[in-house]
Amino acid sequence: MPEQIYWENIEVGVEIKPLAKVSTTQMLVKWAGASGDFNPLHYDTAFAESVGVGKPIVHGALKRQWLIQLVTNWMGERGTLEKFSCQYRAMDYPRQMKTMTAPQEGETWWCKGEVTKKYTEGNQHFVDCNIRVENGKGEVTTSGRATVIIPTKS
Amino acid sequence: MLPEEIKNLIGRSTPTKTCEVEKGAIRRFANAVDDPNPLYCDEVYAQKSRYGSIIAPPGFFGWPKEQDRNSAITIDTPPALITALEQAGYPLSSVVDGGIEYEFFLPIRAGDVLTAKTTVLNIRERAGSSMNLVFIILETVYANQNSSRVATAQVTAIFRSINPQEKERTNA
Repeated sequence: MPEQIYWENIEVGVEIKPLAKVSTTQMLVKWAGASGDFNPLHYDTAFAESVGVGKPIVHGALKRQWLIQLVTNWMGERGTLEKFSCQYRAMDYPRQMKTMTAPQEGETWWCKGEVTKKYTEGNQHFVDCNIRVENGKGEVTTSGRATVIIPTKS
Repeated sequence: MLPEEIKNLIGRSTPTKTCEVEKGAIRRFANAVDDPNPLYCDEVYAQKSRYGSIIAPPGFFGWPKEQDRNSAITIDTPPALITALEQAGYPLSSVVDGGIEYEFFLPIRAGDVLTAKTTVLNIRERAGSSMNLVFIILETVYANQNSSRVATAQVTAIFRSINPQEKERTNA
């Protein structure tokens, strides 16, 4: 785990350390098995065409989980995720596999965010963030918000 | 216009599901995300943490005991709603995930047994440029074996009216 972040050191506008992700057809298979989402929309080209998305798309819930990883990594072990939301705004298409384990050249996605608010309620210290997934062209395909409790130094 | 019988399903709930949170399933989930956080996979590390045991990543609620073997999707909806939407021109095969809102109250630990109950909060139709859309808001409340609420999730499921012309154009 990265070093613990403290409330005193956070300012509004501060960037959350970005997280790079490469979605591959293999990753989508793993996600399907681990999440129980077996919709052929995510692995069958003819089906994806027939329902009007062109070709298999990355699961929204996988992008959600990338953003949860972005926030939980940043807040550290003593931070607590209280609220999280995201909306899927555009389709993403996975890279295909070049070898058994390595993807072909292509797009890299970046999970990013920044602090929008810092406040206390009772004796708890909260931080609100805006978060997003950007595709290889820098377009936002998923956006959302998170509220976390951050520990204080004292 | 959506038939009244569909609107009437607002407030309808699904039967309660039981979900077991197994550490192997947690590991598989974290691995699928490529999230190496040791709280999800390293027992010794997790024991020394403030949680005292392996926890599930936020967003993982175990695996349902009553998993429908034929189900292709993870969203839980009253079957009557799926049937009614199908008849109104919104087949299940058209569904896409619109987004989610979570609220987390307590950590979920390996070994927990959760109950999940889903209620239809809202249904609304919107005309799009090439097709009509129906937005279904579903709220799931998760409680643990001590009957403590651990999380709520509000999912937006979007059903699309894929008309025959549209289909032909896409296939061409």
